[in-house]
Amino acid sequence: MTTDPFSPRPRGRQTIPLFRLAAIGAVVAAIGGAFVYVAGFVTPHRLTPQRIVNTFEANAGVHPGFRRNHAKGVCVSGYFEGNGQASDISRADVFKAVRTPVIGRFAIPGGNPSAPDASVPVRSMALDFKLPDGQQWRTGMNNTPVFIVNTPQAFYAQLVASKPDATGKPDPAKLKAFFAAHPETGPFLSWVKGHPPSSSFGNAAYYGINAFRAIDANGKTHFVRWSMVPETPYAPVTAEEKSQHDFLDTELRDRLASGPLRWHLILTVAKPDDQTTDATQAWPEDRPHIDAGTLVIERESAQSDGDCRDINYDPTILPDGLKPSADPLLAARSSAYAVSYNRRTHEEAQGLASAQPPARGHE
Amino acid sequence: MSADRKHFSPSARFLHWLMAPLVIAMLFIGVGMVATLSSWHQTLLAIHKPLGIAILVLVSVRFIVRLTHRTPPLPDDMPRWQQHIAHLSHWVFYALLFAMPLVGWSMLSAGGFPIHLFGPVNLPPIVPQDVRLYALLRSAHTVLALLLFATFLAHLGAAMFHGLIRRDGVFSSMAKGRD
Repeated sequence: MTTDPFSPRPRGRQTIPLFRLAAIGAVVAAIGGAFVYVAGFVTPHRLTPQRIVNTFEANAGVHPGFRRNHAKGVCVSGYFEGNGQASDISRADVFKAVRTPVIGRFAIPGGNPSAPDASVPVRSMALDFKLPDGQQWRTGMNNTPVFIVNTPQAFYAQLVASKPDATGKPDPAKLKAFFAAHPETGPFLSWVKGHPPSSSFGNAAYYGINAFRAIDANGKTHFVRWSMVPETPYAPVTAEEKSQHDFLDTELRDRLASGPLRWHLILTVAKPDDQTTDATQAWPEDRPHIDAGTLVIERESAQSDGDCRDINYDPTILPDGLKPSADPLLAARSSAYAVSYNRRTHEEAQGLASAQPPARGHE
Repeated sequence: MSADRKHFSPSARFLHWLMAPLVIAMLFIGVGMVATLSSWHQTLLAIHKPLGIAILVLVSVRFIVRLTHRTPPLPDDMPRWQQHIAHLSHWVFYALLFAMPLVGWSMLSAGGFPIHLFGPVNLPPIVPQDVRLYALLRSAHTVLALLLFATFLAHLGAAMFHGLIRRDGVFSSMAKGRD
């Protein structure tokens, strides 16, 4: 008797080999099951990018065609002029003494595209640098040097705690419980308390939130954080501005009508023991700062038809010479932004987005 | 020298067994990377794009091999409808193996994303930037991937049925050459 299972079938034997049939079924079912498991269909308790975006939608409603977070914003464009000073730590072309076109976006956080500008203290700047050879550098920055939480799980817990109740506002008890359970929010909260929001998108500094790796010409890694520091002097928001629904947008348009706005890209270089995976912790002030060049913003346009509308400002899209750190927020941002982008582009394709009021001028 | 009519050519068998694990890995990588927000997202995404382009190159070579080499006939005692389905499924495989990387590449092009392979190497866009086209291609990428996975499961089940139950030489025609 042969032991080779693939040997020709003995003549005359017609019984159905049930065991072998079951084995085939088991193999096919096991591989199919593994696929379904990896796709996350059988583990609904797992925190996925879809669940994060679903929670944004639960909190602020679905606004077809708009980003699920930082929904309210305005498109801008200009260029970045490198000066070569950062080329010692990164081989990225953008840091050489060259001009790189930039498509950017100013926004406020939250999923409501027609929220009043005064409703939040946070402003954001997103940039897409278009390098030669099809390379891009995308970054999404906030006007706070530290982030409120340092893990996707805590970010999700904050979203759940911020869900508006019947009064239209988050339940203060739930927020209090969240902050009590998350002491890592302390540095962010005290920074916001000590720094009144700026009167303009144009006079705020913006910080890259996460640490990144700069790779130099020899392949050596330097951990960095970056920020955009405005040439326009900071001024706090006024009571009169706060009374206007869209003061940030109006103010920016007026400012750009009388000339471009400039920021300096500052790279802060970590020392070997500085932590690089916790966005709630700032590095000590004495770390070296490199002024890598000047961002010049020349024009703005409404996001409903501006160039920034169709850009996913995924902060892990980086040119050669920059790489993500192991900060868990970075991977989570990348995957959640993709879900938001896919949903809103599908709405755009289905013509649902046109039914929405434009973000600008809608009172 | 008499031709071996019972087995696929060595080049066809080599390409089959090289591509099989790559394509299966690709399907799991794809479905996994969009469902995780851990650091696996970055790792899998970095593998997905260059591996997809590698599969596009391999399937192009394999298609030429398929057109220029004899394929062994299916056994005479196999029902006609099963033979038709077997042939059809092979052409479905070729169509999907070409379509998946091309749709992925086009989708990234339409979305304005860099098509990053490794280091400073990026591929050029192959369709114009258009967010509506992106949305269509993004859905197509998922639907075709599920179709490819279903075709693979059916192919696996059929191959094992031939190898373990019919034992009619169809499995060995791809598994090995002439003794």
